[in-house]
Formats: sequence, structure tokens, C-alpha cells
Amino acid sequence: MTSRRVFTLFALMLTAALVLAACGTPTTGGTERIVETVVVTVEVPGAAPAPLPVPPAGYGATLATVLERGTLICGVNSQVPGFGYIDANGVFSGFDVDYCRALAAAIFGDASKVEFRPVTAAERFTALQSGEIDILSRNTTWSTVRDTELGGNFVHTTFYDGQGMMVPADTGITTLQDLEGGTICVQTGTTTELNLADVMAAEGVSYTPAVFEDADSTFAAYAEERCDAVTTDKSGLVSRRTVLADPSAHVILDVTMSKEPLGPMVRHGDDQWFDIAQWTVFALFSGEEFGITSANVDDVLASATAPEARRLLGLEGDLGLKLGLSNDWAYNILKLVGNYAEVYNRNLGPDTPTYIPRGYNSLYVDGGLLYAPPFR
Amino acid sequence: MQSAETQTAAIPIWRDERYLNLLGQAIFAVVILAAGYYLYRNMEAGLRRQGTTLGFGFIQGTSGFDIAETLFEYSRSSTFWQAFQVGLLNTLLVSVVGILFSTILGVILGVARLAANPLVRWLATGYLELMRNLSLLVFLVFWYLGVFLKLPKIKEAVIWPGPTFLTNRGIAIPWGVPTETFPAYRLILALGVLAAILIAAALHARGRRTGKPPLTILWAGASFVVVVVLGWFALPAAPLAWDLPYPEGLRIAGGKIFTPEFMALVSGLVLYTAAFIGEVVRAGIQAVSRGQVEAARAIGLTGFQTLRLVIFPQALRVIIPPLTSQYLNLAKNSSLAIAIGYPDVFYVSNTILNQSGRAVEMITLVMLTYLLFSLITSAFMNWYNRRIQLVER
Repeated sequence: MTSRRVFTLFALMLTAALVLAACGTPTTGGTERIVETVVVTVEVPGAAPAPLPVPPAGYGATLATVLERGTLICGVNSQVPGFGYIDANGVFSGFDVDYCRALAAAIFGDASKVEFRPVTAAERFTALQSGEIDILSRNTTWSTVRDTELGGNFVHTTFYDGQGMMVPADTGITTLQDLEGGTICVQTGTTTELNLADVMAAEGVSYTPAVFEDADSTFAAYAEERCDAVTTDKSGLVSRRTVLADPSAHVILDVTMSKEPLGPMVRHGDDQWFDIAQWTVFALFSGEEFGITSANVDDVLASATAPEARRLLGLEGDLGLKLGLSNDWAYNILKLVGNYAEVYNRNLGPDTPTYIPRGYNSLYVDGGLLYAPPFR
Repeated sequence: MQSAETQTAAIPIWRDERYLNLLGQAIFAVVILAAGYYLYRNMEAGLRRQGTTLGFGFIQGTSGFDIAETLFEYSRSSTFWQAFQVGLLNTLLVSVVGILFSTILGVILGVARLAANPLVRWLATGYLELMRNLSLLVFLVFWYLGVFLKLPKIKEAVIWPGPTFLTNRGIAIPWGVPTETFPAYRLILALGVLAAILIAAALHARGRRTGKPPLTILWAGASFVVVVVLGWFALPAAPLAWDLPYPEGLRIAGGKIFTPEFMALVSGLVLYTAAFIGEVVRAGIQAVSRGQVEAARAIGLTGFQTLRLVIFPQALRVIIPPLTSQYLNLAKNSSLAIAIGYPDVFYVSNTILNQSGRAVEMITLVMLTYLLFSLITSAFMNWYNRRIQLVER
């Protein structure tokens, strides 16, 4: 009897503690609040909860968090050579990965203060929304829904891409029409999947999709000849072709099925963070435009006379301070990571297995689409 | 102790265990509700911070993606809701086909495991032990990448008589296509069912009268077949035309094509679940006491008659409850389709989730679907269980 009574008492105390814990939201507390919460609980099924004021993520909140943490957390791909992958030494490398390094250089003056988090196509937006990552730099296409409903802001296009189609060379397929009745491998949760449906419907070509969960299983199925063709962004095709058993046995068709502007993405609600991310892209563009490279940046710093280059490097004005960074932020980017051309050539240049001609991704003065607003 | 009980009436309310118990339960209920409400509010606040709210309005939006295997007309301009239904029907198809074949195979295995012939017994035992100790996911990937994708290309297809095409794009078999006399044939099918029911009722009544156990299923089935076959030839034109598969460009046209994903999923689920059903059947048979079999033999029943009239009816009572949970397992395990790209309800919902960004809604919908499916299956099996229990005297 006695032990049972002790147990009942214990259970009561435990439940009381649980009630307190359950009510311990940041805005409630104290005994009076418990009573209030209990009353509300009874009304749950019918009552619509009163609208809470929207707590803004806040101007400057992200930078403060990053500075306090001491590292930048960057959501990247780990499966696409040239853009985001883990190289033979176990180090993250690629075009999108180097952007993260540039951002870390701008913030900390140290390009190594980045923690890379590999995220899949399906989980990337949730990771960004929930604050698990500070920025998403993972060959992500800029689109309306992603800019609005998914709660993100695209910073700027860093790579102008288009969706392509790869087929085994010995099939003799050269156009989308040749794929009539065929099976096409595609990855789920991507704009690629939607574009494929759009383009094939517009062309009047009937096909069967074979849809897979990630890039590895999509291309594994293609390698097993489950499908006649595989589709993704052309950059992705070039990149994945390098890891197929015989890269020369596969051709990328001369068709572009969509516009795919790829670039980094930040959360809604912190304009300062958006500005920092965006002007980091422009610093990379302008470095190339002004001919400033990681090799000559110190010479330029000593002898620069052009006013805009001087403002970029922090010799004149206080542009860095306006972004909430130090005034040598752009100098650090160019010194530690290099300009756009250096980043491009390191990952996608002619000397790499993932060579992609620059095409649209040239400066506007060279007939491309890269155009940075003035630094002033 | 004695003195404590005589004083019950005098115990004050805060020490009365009956009230304390009630109070404890009430507090517990409140805590659970409060915790649930707190979590719900937390989620809602989080969603609002992201600028989204809960709601199923999006489900009428255009899906924008294609699905490989659909049991009804579906295209990229259909709605998310229709895409969900496609997945739902695919899950139902796999579950029903899987349950059917795993039951047949499982019963054979269960009986074989108790066979007098040692070779049969050892084979069955070996199979059961192997299957029950494999991981289903590994087994599915093996069937997909190791078997069905290793079949030859369409141009080099293995052609079995029929013709049946075995290719890495699927297995194509001839299939009947309804002709203009098919509506009339539907009436004949109904007639066949009617005849079977009448014969079964008559045999049952006769069995009651004479005391001789009738072979009800055999004769009812035979009468159905006779009506259906006679009806086929009685019509001016055959109600179904053979649609033969043939290679056409990059695909196989005509016939019925079972995709590698479907084949791998069904093969994996059937072979795996059948092993468990085999064990359930064996346990059920062994639960029938030895004396029953000896008594059946003593009154001159043959081995098959003993099985059919004495062992199975009694074993069934033991078998049904664990068999139900095997059926539920098979249906729930079909969600592993995501690993091999078969568009079942979970896979399609995942795609919808990605394309619409509605995680909470879609996961809730999927959970409700599996819950409902399992509850319906077990309700049916419980009903059947009660029905056969009533036979007991």
C-alpha cells in the first residue's frame, strides 16, 4: 500500500512538472499561465488560433549568428563534379563550393571558415527555411515559386545553364523527336522533371519517365540502360558524363530545353544578408572585369588609380562598412579565392575533366551575360 | 492494514485513493492535450515565419510532372490530387497482387515444410530460413538492379512463345483487348457467377441432408468455367481480341507491359512475405492436435481429405490473426518502392511535396492513407476471423 501511494504522489509531481514544461514557451510562465493554458486546451478543436505577429528573421540577424558561430554553414551538392563534390582528398570542391569560400572570405577574411553541408535536391529548401544552413549554393534554378512560396531569395545568377539531354552515342538519336516512345531518366523534385513534361508535351513526343530519388541512382539507372536518355542541366550532364564507365560513348544532344539560371539562395527576411551575398557575386564579376586576380591583387592594391577599382578594394570610401563587413572584404575575396574567371577555370575550365565553354557565362564586354552594377 | 480499511469512510478527500486516481488521470489527459496543442502552435508559428500556412487548397493545382505507370488517364496538366490517386491505385495494385501470390506461395511452403518427403521438407525449410533472414530493402534492390535491369535490350530481347518479350524495359505479354461484343460477354460472366452460386448452394444443402462433405469449390468453379467457355463461343465474335506485343522503335508496343520496377517490387514482396506466411501456416497446422489426424485416419479419410476437412478448418482459426499482420506488413512494406523508382503513393506524394513545398500536408495525407488502408484490411480480416470462429461447436 505504502509504495503504491508513494508512486501516485511521484506520478502527480511528474505530471505537474510536465505541465510546467509544456507551458514554458518564451512568452508564458508562472502559475497563472498554467490555468490559462488549460482553459485554451479545452477549446482546441473549434477555435481558430489568434494570429501571432510575424517575427521577422530580422535585418542583420544572419550575419550576427554567423559571426558569433565563427563559421559559415553552406548547403552544397556532393554529387556533381565541377559544381559541388568531394574530391579525392576528401575536400569539398567545385564552382558552387568556391562561392561559399568567397563569402566566408568576405565575412571573416578567411576562406576556410566554412562548414559544408551536403543537401539533396529534395531537402535543400527545408534546410534553408529551417535555418540549418545560412545559404544554399547548390546548382539551384531561380524560379518564381522558389522566390515566393518556398520562402527564399535568389541572390544572383552565377551560372547560366539550360536543360539538356544525354544519350548513348551508338543509338544515333540526335533530336527530341527521335526519342518517341522512349524512356527518359530524370531526378525527382527538380525543375528538370517539370521542364521535361512541358517540353515533351509541346513537342508532341510521347515518352515514359523513369524517376529516381537522387543524381547517383538516376545515372546508375541510365548506366544500366534502364532508359534511352537522361536529362538534367547541361552542366550536370557534362559533369556526370566524366564519371560514367566510358564518357566518350555518350553524347549530349544539341537541344536546350529550358533556361536554367543557377545561383545561391538565402532566406526571406534578412536584407543585409541578401546584400552581402549578392555583392560577393558582383565582387567576383568585377574582379575579372578590372583584371584583378589573386596573383596581382597586392600589386593592384599598391598602385591602383582607377577610382572604381580603388573603391572595390577599400582604398576609397567605406563600401564594406555599409554591408556590415570590414572595408577589405572584396580584397579578401580576390586574394583568397580569386575572381570569377579564376573560379570558373579552376572548376570548369579547359584543363579540367568537366570542361564547359563559357558561353553566356562571359563578361558582358565579351558577349556574355555577366554584368555587375557599379561599386559606388 | 485491518485498521486502515475500517477507517475508509473517515479518509479525507486528498488522501482518498479513488479521487487521487481520477485526478491523476485527468491531469495526464490535460498534459497530453496541452503538449499536442503546444506542438501544433509551435509548428504553425514556424510555418508563418516562413510565410506559409496550412491548407489543402494547393492540391487542385496543376501537377506539371509525368508519372511512368498510371492506371487511368494522367498527364502533366492533371492536378496534384489526381497524381496522388495514381500513386494510391499503384499501391493498391501492388498490395492486392502481392497478397494474392504470397498467400498461395506461403500455403504451399507451409505445407511443404511439414511434408513426409525429406527433400521437399528440407527445400522448404532452407527457403524459409534464407528469406526470413534477409533485409527486404536489399532484396528489392537485388531484384531490380541484379535481375530485371540485367535483362537484354529491346533489340536483343529474349522472346518466349506467346510471344512474351523479356527486356530491360519490362516484360511484355499478350493481352486481351475488349471488342464490340464485350458488353454482352459481361452478362455471360455474371451468369457464370450466378450458376456457380446456385450449384454451391445446392451442393451445400445436399451435403447437409446426406452427411457427405461436398467438393463445393471444385463443382462451383467447374460450372463457372463451363458457362464462360460456352458463352465465349456462342457470341458472334470473340469478346476479347489478342493484342500481341512487338518491338517498335525504342519501346515495345501492344500487349501488356510489366515494368522492371513493378516486377522487382512484386517479386521481392511476394517471395519475402511468403516465407513469413509459410511459418504462420506451419504453426497453424501444428496447432491441430495429433489426435484429430489419427481420428480422421481411423474413420478412413484419405490424406487429402484429412487436410481439407479436418486440419485446415481448425488451423485457419490459428492462422488468421497472424496472417492479417503479414498482409498489413506487405502493404506497408510496399512504400520501399521509393528505392527502386516505382510510383507508389509514398513516392508520388514525395514528388508532390517537393514540387509544391507542402511537407506537413503531404506527410499527413500519406500517414492517413496507410492508417486507413491498414484499418480496413484488419477490419475485413477480423470479420472473417469471427465468421470462421462461429463454426466451433
